[in-house]
Amino acid sequence: MRPFIYERVSDWAAATQAAGGGASAPVSYLAGGTTLVDLMRLDVMRPQRVIDINALQDGRYGRIELGQNGLRLGALVRMADAAAHPDVRHHYPVIGQSLQLAASAQLRNMASLGGNVLQRTRCTYFRDVSYAACNKRNPGSGCAALAGVNRMHAVLGGSDHCIATYPGDFGQALIALDATVDLISPDGARTIPFAKLHRQPGDTPDQETMLRPGELIVSFTVPAGPWTRRSLYLKVRDRQSYEFALASAAVALDLEDGAVREARIALGGVATVPWRAADAEAALRGKTIDEQTAMAAADAAFAGAQGHGHNDFKIELGKRTLRRALRQAAALEI
Amino acid sequence: MANAAAPTPKANMGAPAPRVDARLKVTGQARYPSDTPVGNPAFAVLVTSTIATGRIERLDLDGARAVPGVLDILTYENTGELKGVKFGQGSSTSIEDLGPEIQQAGQIIAVVVADTFEAATDAASRVKPTYSEQTPSATFGSPGVTQEDATKVSPQHKHLPQAGDAEAAFAGAPVVIDLEYETPPQHHNPMELFTTTCAWTADHLTVYEPSQFVYGLKNGVAQRLGIDPDKVRVVSSYAGGAFGSKGTMTPRTAMIALAAKRLNRPVKLVATRAQGFTIATYRAETRHHIRLGAARDGKLVGYSHEGFEVSSRPDPYVVAGVEDSAQLYAFGAVATKVNVVHADRNTPGYMRSPPVVPYIYALESAMDEMAQKLGMDPIAFRRVNDTMNSPIGNRPYSSRSLMTCYDQAAAAFGWKDRNPQPGAMRDGDWLVGYGCATAVYPTHTGPAAARVRLKPNGEARVQIAAHEIGNGAYTVIGQMAAERLGIDLASVTVEIGDSRLPPAPVAGGSNTTASSCSAVKKTCNLIRARLFHAAVTANDGPLAGRSADDLMLQDGKVVANDGAGESFADIFRRMGVAVVEDYAEFVPDGLKPQAIADLYAGKVDMVGGSHGDKVMYAMGAELVEVRVHVLTREIRVPRIVGAFAAGRLMNTRTVHSQLMGGMIWGISSALHEATEIDPRYARYVNDNLADYMIPVNADVDQVQVILVSEVDHDVNPAGVKGLGELANVGTAAAITNAVHHATGIRVRKLPIRLEKLLQA
Ligand SMILES: Cc1cc2nc3c(=O)[nH]c(=O)nc-3n(C[C@H](O)[C@H](O)[C@H](O)COP(=O)(O)OP(=O)(O)OC[C@H]3O[C@@H](n4cnc5c(N)ncnc54)[C@H](O)[C@@H]3O)c2cc1C
Ligand code: SF4
Repeated sequence: MRPFIYERVSDWAAATQAAGGGASAPVSYLAGGTTLVDLMRLDVMRPQRVIDINALQDGRYGRIELGQNGLRLGALVRMADAAAHPDVRHHYPVIGQSLQLAASAQLRNMASLGGNVLQRTRCTYFRDVSYAACNKRNPGSGCAALAGVNRMHAVLGGSDHCIATYPGDFGQALIALDATVDLISPDGARTIPFAKLHRQPGDTPDQETMLRPGELIVSFTVPAGPWTRRSLYLKVRDRQSYEFALASAAVALDLEDGAVREARIALGGVATVPWRAADAEAALRGKTIDEQTAMAAADAAFAGAQGHGHNDFKIELGKRTLRRALRQAAALEI
Repeated sequence: MANAAAPTPKANMGAPAPRVDARLKVTGQARYPSDTPVGNPAFAVLVTSTIATGRIERLDLDGARAVPGVLDILTYENTGELKGVKFGQGSSTSIEDLGPEIQQAGQIIAVVVADTFEAATDAASRVKPTYSEQTPSATFGSPGVTQEDATKVSPQHKHLPQAGDAEAAFAGAPVVIDLEYETPPQHHNPMELFTTTCAWTADHLTVYEPSQFVYGLKNGVAQRLGIDPDKVRVVSSYAGGAFGSKGTMTPRTAMIALAAKRLNRPVKLVATRAQGFTIATYRAETRHHIRLGAARDGKLVGYSHEGFEVSSRPDPYVVAGVEDSAQLYAFGAVATKVNVVHADRNTPGYMRSPPVVPYIYALESAMDEMAQKLGMDPIAFRRVNDTMNSPIGNRPYSSRSLMTCYDQAAAAFGWKDRNPQPGAMRDGDWLVGYGCATAVYPTHTGPAAARVRLKPNGEARVQIAAHEIGNGAYTVIGQMAAERLGIDLASVTVEIGDSRLPPAPVAGGSNTTASSCSAVKKTCNLIRARLFHAAVTANDGPLAGRSADDLMLQDGKVVANDGAGESFADIFRRMGVAVVEDYAEFVPDGLKPQAIADLYAGKVDMVGGSHGDKVMYAMGAELVEVRVHVLTREIRVPRIVGAFAAGRLMNTRTVHSQLMGGMIWGISSALHEATEIDPRYARYVNDNLADYMIPVNADVDQVQVILVSEVDHDVNPAGVKGLGELANVGTAAAITNAVHHATGIRVRKLPIRLEKLLQA
């Protein structure tokens, strides 16, 4: 780890001021630190100033609010608190489950929701600075994973420049439910769709989000909808806990007499960003969920998928994961 | 309910005494080597090579030297005084230099020493090597690897087991299988990292380093530094897990000793988790070609097994587990061969049950495939081929309880409910499979020496340079002394893990209890004899004139069977001594007396296993249930039952824990563990505990351990067969066999990841 300056701020204005666009040296916010400190120790992230925003959690940054129109989750709410919250579990099970199935108990107690959606990829060539080729870490240097050990890498949303998987779980629940993100910076406040927060790698994999320099995530808003209660998160992984997804599916269904009125589907572990499977949703509209329709939806979801050797199996596994999730969601007693 | 962790002792089993160091360990008071305070230490951080083959052309140290607090940087240019100690002569590897020749990825190329750990870390990241690089050969099948017959190059394996004419047996056998299996590289990853702290006092060096062999390390370091071994002391009171990785000297120790000497200040190194993958050893990947021939009634007529093992360029490390697999059943004819495949990798080394983990996995998988081909139940098939004599030279087993283990495990497991048809058992969306395999481990006994002191108040101190690596050494050594001296375990103080104590062998090959307890027993017997003699030869004592044969030690007294007795205090007073102290050297039958002198010089010889007139093995049977999701193919192991027989069991609690832990590691071997290699660079990709997978609690459900009584008078005076490395053997085969039973899919390459079950 390299030397850095640590500052603690108690209001957003001071925070965004400290981290703002005018800052002369690389700056990072510190929430739970489970991504940031990890990557600083690995020498991957090298901020010269670290702005601790945890004092903000006493205000709206730390609250969970359920209203008529939806759910509001403050960016500094801890993963464990959101996962255990009765309103979240009852009205938005997919959110609670995506958090509960992530990381470990210790990490969930530390980690914030804002930090969670900004967690970085687990690509080993990215996390180990002794590999020369990584376009995300070192633009223009190449991608060691394309022809390397890429079992954990993405089959959707990749490019010739990067195939790193977006590793998080919560992001899938947010994108499936059309969440929005509330942001603030010295230039003012704005709200963007969560689906617009992350950028696919394209030829600039180093640019992972649409956040402006110093912009702070305030909260996430999840609109209410008839599908949120019939929802679940299915995560398939190499061990039963404390492991990232090989493939996962966030599914929410609005059924009428067994037929799908609306489906909300997102896929994890298989894509470079939180991945909304709109084609699969369309394929299901008006249909009852059975083996055949689930299979058709899964095929639609992975129509553009591209394997890279070790991860070829993720296409088949991802389809099966979605089929299983759809069948389970349709069978839920609510 | 009885406490499952502390089974009630059956015949020939010792009490489930709690570990004497348990509280120290869980409260953080046990002092591991890097916890030892040394005055004003400087901190070392290693820089390792990112290439696997080539040369350092230039090493730019300017940036590193500019970091405030940096004191010294060791490189190949200033470490020429370190002497070479080759592989097989006390070192884990011949790749010992800091360059300029690079022979493996992750070779140490610089040691940065600074006032603080932070400064050393920062500076280490600023050491800039320029290499001329060659294309490395990473593993099996890589261009440029070379292959040799192990018997021509391995110092330990000059002959491999052969019996009869295997080719002729296969030609005449009605049922033959011919199959290949593969196991991946694995790294020990003990929780405790690789650490070394060195401090000099005048020309005496003290090394604090977690070690499974303090005498080996002491002598090895002395050789590398070119100094008298008597000037080196190695202290390792505890090792926080070792599994073989801390058994032989690695290159770092001498480097840190040299750094401390140059600075005239203690130097402390705690290598990173990632560096641990390359600065120490590992279990190399293996391949196996197996043929079995059988008659229709299931009787085996022939077994051939050719193994292929990866090693480094310079060193011919092989485990050659055919030595053990060839003894296991009544095979008829046996043909074995082992090949070492040299690649541009670090030298592999001992890892828990080195020979048997890969070779028995392959054999026990093949046994299952043969049973299936014969249409036999896999346990019945093993029963048909059970034997009290090794097929190699028809030598008797000193004792063997394999089928008793199977019977007890099968009863507890409910094996009779198994539907033999693969894919026939199902619970909702989960396919259910039952599988079994044999666990086996050679019994090793080595020489050892011990010093024991008894005080008149019934307190005793035992000194022996054995090793506490989580094996319970403090406890069982104390138990042996307590039993022989007729005192409570709480009255015994055990001192181990220090090269100033009488020597014990490497804590490897599961010999610790057998060797150390035999030495302690012998020493205690000397003390007993002195006390008995004093008691019976006194003119006026209560035991005067009796035969020493009728006496025993009990509750701090010498007593006769009619109840007459005399306290230690009274006997000591009459002897005119404050304490009684004895020292004894134990050399197992079959070793030359020279063995103890060799041990003092850091060399160990052991007897047992497949060598000798009788073959000596601990055995067990493991039965598992697996569940495989019908769609997404996650693999679960809801239960595993193992029954084990290993001669005298000193302590049913520590034994239970070793066996349970072993089976859990077996689950890990089957489903989780594998070091991934990027063949382009011959580098380990998942060199951290997030990506190197081991099971978490949620993956380990019911694990049942059954202890089977067994008496063996031949193995060693303690009657003990080591079992620290028994239970992780065979588990991977049992699970593979169960996965086949559940799905009909046979996986012949470990680990079983779910993608291997996605077909169809
Ligand atoms: C071993 C391990 C296993 C894991 N397994 C999983 C898993 O299975 N599933 C899963 O989803 N996650 C997993 N994680 C990731 C974990 O969930 C994230 O590290 C965590 O959620 C990050 O939150 P944090 O508060 O600690 O973020 P920090 O580390 O504090 O911050 C992360 C990044 O976000 C920025 N940031 C934080 N808060 C804000 C804000 N309000 N506004 C703007 N920027 C901000 C920081 O500057 C930093 O760049 C795992 C992590 C580890 C270490
Ligand atoms: S996949 Fe992306 S993160 Fe990984 S090496 Fe390639 S460019 Fe870097």
